[in-house]
Amino acid sequence: MSLESTTLPPTPSRLRCSSTRAKVAVVRFPGSNCDLDAVQALRTLDSVKADLVWHEEPTIGEYDAVVLPGGFSFGDYLRAGAIAARSPALERITAVADQGLPVLGICNGFQILIEAGLLPGALLRNASLRFVCRWVNVRVDNDSTSFTKNMKEGDVLHLPIAHNEGRFYASKEELATLNREGRVVFRYCDGDGHVSSSANPTGTLDNIAGISNKRGNVVGLMPHPERATEEVLSPFGDSDGSLIFKSMLGIE
Amino acid sequence: MARLYTVKVVVANKEGASDPEGETVYRDLVSKSGFSKVKSIRTGKFLKVSVEAPDASSAKRIVQRMCDELRIYNPAAHSITVEV
Repeated sequence: MSLESTTLPPTPSRLRCSSTRAKVAVVRFPGSNCDLDAVQALRTLDSVKADLVWHEEPTIGEYDAVVLPGGFSFGDYLRAGAIAARSPALERITAVADQGLPVLGICNGFQILIEAGLLPGALLRNASLRFVCRWVNVRVDNDSTSFTKNMKEGDVLHLPIAHNEGRFYASKEELATLNREGRVVFRYCDGDGHVSSSANPTGTLDNIAGISNKRGNVVGLMPHPERATEEVLSPFGDSDGSLIFKSMLGIE
Repeated sequence: MARLYTVKVVVANKEGASDPEGETVYRDLVSKSGFSKVKSIRTGKFLKVSVEAPDASSAKRIVQRMCDELRIYNPAAHSITVEV
């Protein structure tokens, strides 16, 4: 790996039509269940047109940005995300990603991006063998991706998690590459931003909660920003999740 | 002399019982991906058991009894195969 890869290129707003409303596809698979929350979260933003798009629709390739929502696509049979990853939708989404447009995978969407090979590693069953459902602190470790532009490195976000297979795993070599290239975007931390094993809810490798591709336009994360976009939804009274959607769509 | 045997247990849905996971893997993944020679898929669970026993047939018997007594499988819905 060359030294050039140690810093990600700056990620300008790559939306196709910055003058008009950004069109975002939220892709619904059989078994998706956070799709409507994601659409609702996006619709609270001005200048965004969010559509719920069935996974078989060829129009997926025509959007400015794609969100893969949480849930249990195809029953999570075989492995979480494994069947959706081989569906025609992912060929179209790969084409969107190849253009440098933002693609966000949340929870099951993150699992799908990994199974499809758009992101490296694996998401294994939580170390506790339990479904973990609670609010966590998440530290921003890279503020130069399409999804973290409105944040600063070290910022702590309040977001909820709710999953059974969120223990990120990668080989030593893959992990070294992710760290070297600054592709670990989010880590679980305590309220002060310290990353420690006691602040690790699932036994995930090095507290990793979210990663990006090399270009920084494809991000997957286990926490649910769409459930944290309005103050009334958060026990902390903030709307940290909306920062991710605003960054992704180039909204200040 | 007791020695260590490896016994393999496969727990599968009974023949004729529906297997939604296998059906989904077949219908939504395999049959759509050009593997037209593949006609069906059944899923199951695999256990690799290390067991101390004087000989292979006792090893198999111990594991079979373990599966029955501890309900490693549910005989109403599953069948098992035990191999040394």
